[in-house]
Amino acid sequence: MFEIVSKRDLSPNITEMKVKAPRVASSAKPGQFVIVRVDEHGERIPLTICDYDPEAGTVTIVTQTIGLSSKKINSLNEGDAFADFAGPLGRPSDLLDLPQEELEKQRVLFVAGGVGTAPVYPQAKWLKEHGVTADVIIGAKTKDIFTYVDEMKQVANVYLCTDDGSEGFHGMVTGLMKDLIENQGKQYDRCVIIGPMIMMKFAALATKEWNIPTMVSLNALMVDGTGMCGACRVTVDGQTRFTCVEGPEFDGHKVDFDEAMRRQNMYRDHNKTHSDNDKCKCHG
Amino acid sequence: MAERIPRVPVREQDPVKRAANFEEVCYGYDAEEALKEASRCLNCKVPRCMGACPVHVNIPAFISHVAKGDFAGAAEVISHDSSLPSVCGRVCPQESQCEGSCVLGIKSEPVAIGKLERFVGDWAIEHAGEGDAPAVERNGHKVAVIGSGPSGLACASDLARMGYEVKIFEALHKVGGVLVYGIPEFRLPKDRIVAKEVESVKRLGVDIETDVIIGHTMTVDDLLDKEGYDAVFVGSGAGLPRFMGIEGENLNGVFSANEFLTRANLMHAYDEEFDTPIYTGRKVVVVGGGNVAMDAVRTAKRLGAEAVIVYRRSEAELPARKEEVHHAKEEGIEFRMLTNPVRVAGDEKGWVTGIECVEMELGEPDESGRRRPVEKAGSNFTIDCDVVVMALGTSPNPLIKSTTKGLDTNRKGCIVADEEGHTSREGVFAGGDAVTGAATVILAMGAGRRAAKAIDEYIKAKN
Repeated sequence: MFEIVSKRDLSPNITEMKVKAPRVASSAKPGQFVIVRVDEHGERIPLTICDYDPEAGTVTIVTQTIGLSSKKINSLNEGDAFADFAGPLGRPSDLLDLPQEELEKQRVLFVAGGVGTAPVYPQAKWLKEHGVTADVIIGAKTKDIFTYVDEMKQVANVYLCTDDGSEGFHGMVTGLMKDLIENQGKQYDRCVIIGPMIMMKFAALATKEWNIPTMVSLNALMVDGTGMCGACRVTVDGQTRFTCVEGPEFDGHKVDFDEAMRRQNMYRDHNKTHSDNDKCKCHG
Repeated sequence: MAERIPRVPVREQDPVKRAANFEEVCYGYDAEEALKEASRCLNCKVPRCMGACPVHVNIPAFISHVAKGDFAGAAEVISHDSSLPSVCGRVCPQESQCEGSCVLGIKSEPVAIGKLERFVGDWAIEHAGEGDAPAVERNGHKVAVIGSGPSGLACASDLARMGYEVKIFEALHKVGGVLVYGIPEFRLPKDRIVAKEVESVKRLGVDIETDVIIGHTMTVDDLLDKEGYDAVFVGSGAGLPRFMGIEGENLNGVFSANEFLTRANLMHAYDEEFDTPIYTGRKVVVVGGGNVAMDAVRTAKRLGAEAVIVYRRSEAELPARKEEVHHAKEEGIEFRMLTNPVRVAGDEKGWVTGIECVEMELGEPDESGRRRPVEKAGSNFTIDCDVVVMALGTSPNPLIKSTTKGLDTNRKGCIVADEEGHTSREGVFAGGDAVTGAATVILAMGAGRRAAKAIDEYIKAKN
């Protein structure tokens, strides 16, 4: 069992938890994820690692309540425990492959949307620790649902935007990207986009126009998370790839987002899930 | 010579009933039936059955114990060569191994060796703990075992009996490897059999930690250098699914057999109490002809779907156990032989609507000795369906190879190891599907046991 050592609500339906998982904490790297199972009846759910502390032996996860499993996760409290917390899984961010002298020259733009802000944090933090202060765009529908802004400001230059103009730039992340690059003359060597699939699709289309190499972090459906099931397959540059072992980050200019979005909703499209003869109870 | 008694038939669940539940199909022999069947064995001087068994279980000896009603004695005989008789009795391809070479089979039916083995194994599970050997004194050496499937469990129990401190690291949340995620409940009961086999391994003092993915959570080098293990056994299986590479394979409703079976078996998706969903629609087409294909198609049937097997060769070439094919047919599975998919068709929302196939005919034998299936030009047709399951085999996961210095693999990604399990890396041993590619439980079990012996020799030689 993996105990929840602290819990705080970031917004009405987004929750941050620090979970005691010493083995994961000591091997986690930015960009990787864990598979969790709430209890003996639970699904195996992939969640991106948002922070980790090898000394305390804790790993931070941020969950947005969407379906049955995320609801179950967010109903857990400090002192409760996950039945399973396995990882770290997937490949770490490509940034970690760069030699220090090259890394220092990198001008990096992160684009974060919704619950994707939290997984950007360990990457921005890691860059800061390696002498690079990145620019981070955080987008939200409205200012009340911003998460991780204060944390991010400690490690990066933060630019906010809201769809309704309640805080920061009035518009979507692509509008703010355009403003920074075309109006403010900002230049970037690489961009990392993490957020809802539809946002990643359009933000990646934008960076393609500006020829900025771009990685996106895909949150595909998974069962085992170790390469066994193939539920997470995605088409990148015409090739089928497994998000769990070859991702979760892929070249944002080569991902087939339409297919990825369709596959992500595989069990939501159907109101009957166990079979067409049964009643669904899967996405309450 | 007296008229020989015919092979004792085994009791099974009614096909109509069982096609709608996940309970075990075959009830197995009771003691009376086992005694009667055991009496059929001729106790051959040169037992061909033994030679045909991958681990050379002394079959005539264990059967003669059964015939005398000495079930403990029978279990003892089997235990010399096999640590998983309840499992192997259920899942071994007996018709191409022991029973396939039984002399009785020439003129009538072979002795039901598999059913007798299962009876003895189940008897031993029921009587486990009675008269167990006392705990062995620990020799102060530690061995790590990666994977809790058949090879890992067998390797770990032998090493524990020799006095080693053994720890198994399992990537999933449940112990048993393919026995829990792959083989369905209706063929291999999880609580009654697999969990009991695992308990008996634990009783020997073996420690098992789940949720540890070696290669990610820790590496093989960590185990040897930082965690103080004297040797590592890699029994990580062959878990990566293959796809055909045809158009439409990423449509919604196309699953690997691994995904379909893992949802059903490991995640209990068929049980309303569990959260994991599984989708079958009205009609499921399973592509493939092995045991995994049979497991997937029969699972689909039990979930309420019409279920069809599509296989590119003829029935004679089906690699699945005969018994599974027979059971599948009894349960109403449709078999479309000499049929090969060329495309998965979908609707405008990206969901499967059918599978386009081409008819095949058998040509000259290929390198496997089986007649090569050849497409009949222009014979394309479409089978309407909602779900397609690809059961085309699996290959080893590259994770351990890619994170372990100096560990050689072959062209197919299998770890290179000799008969005893030695790999290119000192202190690292391997066996089972990780070495052979997808094979059988008994071969994996045998490889695990041989590696245990080699690990013992290696550690003794070093100290």
